[in-house]
Amino acid sequence: MAPITTFHYLVVAAALFVLGVIGVLTRRNVVIVLMSIELILNAVNLNLVAFSRLWGLQGQVFSIFVITDAAAEAAVGLGILIAFFRNKETVNVDEVDLLKW
Amino acid sequence: MQPVATTFFFYLLSGLALLGGVLVITRKNAVHSALALILTLLALAGLYLMLYAPFVAGVQIILYAGGIMVLFLFVIMLVNLERSQKEEQFNKQWVIGTVAAVVTGILFVLVFVKSKELPNLVREHVAQLPEQSNTQQIAVFLYGNYMFTFEIASLLLLVAMIGAVVMAKKRI
Amino acid sequence: MLSYITDYLKSNTTPGQAGNLFWAFVYILLVFLGLSIAVIAMNWLERKILAHMQVRLGPMRVGPHGLLQPIADALKLLIKEDIMPAEADKAVFWTAPLIVVITAFTVFIVVPFGPTHAVTDMNIGVLFMLGVSSLGVLGIVMAGWASNSHYPLIGALRSSAQMVSYEIAMGLAVVAAILMTSLNGMGVYGIGGHGDGTGTLSMIGIVQAQQAQHAWFIFKFFPLGLIAFFIFAVAMVAETNRAPFDLPEAESELTAGFHTEYSGFRWSLFFLAEYSAMIAVSSIAVTLWLGGWLRPFPNLLTGETWDLIFSLFPAATFLSLALLAFIGTIRMPRHSYFRIQTLGLGGFAALLGLIGLILLIAPVRDRIQDIYWFSIKVAGFMYLYIWYRGTFPRYRFDQLMRMGWKVLLPMGIGVLILTALVGVL
Repeated sequence: MAPITTFHYLVVAAALFVLGVIGVLTRRNVVIVLMSIELILNAVNLNLVAFSRLWGLQGQVFSIFVITDAAAEAAVGLGILIAFFRNKETVNVDEVDLLKW
Repeated sequence: MQPVATTFFFYLLSGLALLGGVLVITRKNAVHSALALILTLLALAGLYLMLYAPFVAGVQIILYAGGIMVLFLFVIMLVNLERSQKEEQFNKQWVIGTVAAVVTGILFVLVFVKSKELPNLVREHVAQLPEQSNTQQIAVFLYGNYMFTFEIASLLLLVAMIGAVVMAKKRI
Repeated sequence: MLSYITDYLKSNTTPGQAGNLFWAFVYILLVFLGLSIAVIAMNWLERKILAHMQVRLGPMRVGPHGLLQPIADALKLLIKEDIMPAEADKAVFWTAPLIVVITAFTVFIVVPFGPTHAVTDMNIGVLFMLGVSSLGVLGIVMAGWASNSHYPLIGALRSSAQMVSYEIAMGLAVVAAILMTSLNGMGVYGIGGHGDGTGTLSMIGIVQAQQAQHAWFIFKFFPLGLIAFFIFAVAMVAETNRAPFDLPEAESELTAGFHTEYSGFRWSLFFLAEYSAMIAVSSIAVTLWLGGWLRPFPNLLTGETWDLIFSLFPAATFLSLALLAFIGTIRMPRHSYFRIQTLGLGGFAALLGLIGLILLIAPVRDRIQDIYWFSIKVAGFMYLYIWYRGTFPRYRFDQLMRMGWKVLLPMGIGVLILTALVGVL
């Protein structure tokens, strides 16, 4: 088999990104949309770490910051979800329409 | 230390990661999606180890799989999802969404293929980052060049904590 | 092929670093074997010691002095009916005990029983151990959820909230200890020391740093090492859901919490995982603060005679245990009913005596040193665990969370800041 190069890792990262975007665009359950966003962030992380192997350690430092930001965003997103669920008893994205005319 | 069976482990781990990704976006039950996401995260930690980034792999396991996913599972259990399992899972524009996402993915790969860096990207690695002092080198970067970013990240976490507490309280 | 096996014996590293798969497997099997024996012994010891603390006798019937009780328990658990609650999520119900057991056992890859006696020595050893133990929380949450019943769900949520809270205090205490590896002032009070920037996260490196700095980290920068050790000791009891922090699995409160609906072999997996996790966090405490495999005073009391005296300790331990068993044999009632038990206990005493005598042989004596001192320190922690269970009343859940967040966390931050300050003064 061909030896594993950086390009293989980049393809895997792109595939994970695509899966995450599909999840965000097509699912109705808010929790699963949030999890797809985590998938997207992980794909970006894989990309960063794959490139950092070529070009120095800055990629890994950046990916640590991305993980930190993902934690903060997941916490706030889930807090919003809980607050919304308390009012409307549903986790369907289509029903988040209180501001619609 | 010589890496062992790199090709086999790469295909195994990336296969597990992609399988987990597919399961995340297709399962009806949110708990199953969360478990599939944990599988993806652990497979990615393995891939980071193969890329000679042990510290990032450790941080991924502790923070992502051991922290964020526990948070997700807590919230899934607090929110009653029984009713949502019987509803329609995919929304009306799933075809367009899937096509758009796949086109974006192909665009990404094309960017790499048509870039000038392609010979670098498909070259097999012979020079590796020394694994021995990865943590020390990251620490030198983190507390040296990127100290300001580090402080801002900790401020961000403080703000997120306060925000999450305020959001989830019953009475403010 | 044979050279592959014998080449490793000449090298002076762990199998993981030498890249030798065969010896890595051998070490893993040895760790499994040791853990199984330790869990069986812990089961018996817990019941007997707890009973003696409560002025009663504990199991006495199953074997001589209840020595066969763990085997009887294991047999009972294996042949019990395997119940799965109705409407339970089958896949999650099935995998939850697996995750808890796998994470509890994977931690032992990096635990060093000697300078080269570990399966591997990752240079992020401590980070790996903390991370994998935090994965165990997921198994507990899954177990509570998949049981589809109130008590397990509440027990699982409480248990995981407790474990996550005390992980933070544990992490801060661990960081304080790791900080000490790079602060290289000699002796108990390292004032006048200087950081030479070679701190390390690898478990073997931490013990070697303690050896080089002539001080166990529990005594370094007195009392900072002691406070950090205290924080870790409290947090590790909470982390493994043991008394006095065992509200999530207390029988009188929550009908056994998250493992209520598990029976038979699945329950024994949780039980196995709990004891393995206890041994794992005790190993972290021993490695980080109590000097790992180092014998007492490795730098102060050196020389031939001191080495000889300290190397006789393993044999002395086993011979004294054999003496206790022998005394027990003599004190058995002289009734024909007890004949088999007397013979069994006598045989056990003979076995212990034989092991003690084998440990007197010089080549064995040299090699068994590190493993012995490590095991004795971990055994001390196990005794402390049982002692806590017999002595302290249970914490209420809000008291538990208050202690984790409002007491241990600020103490941990304070210890970290003070260690850094004292270290660079």
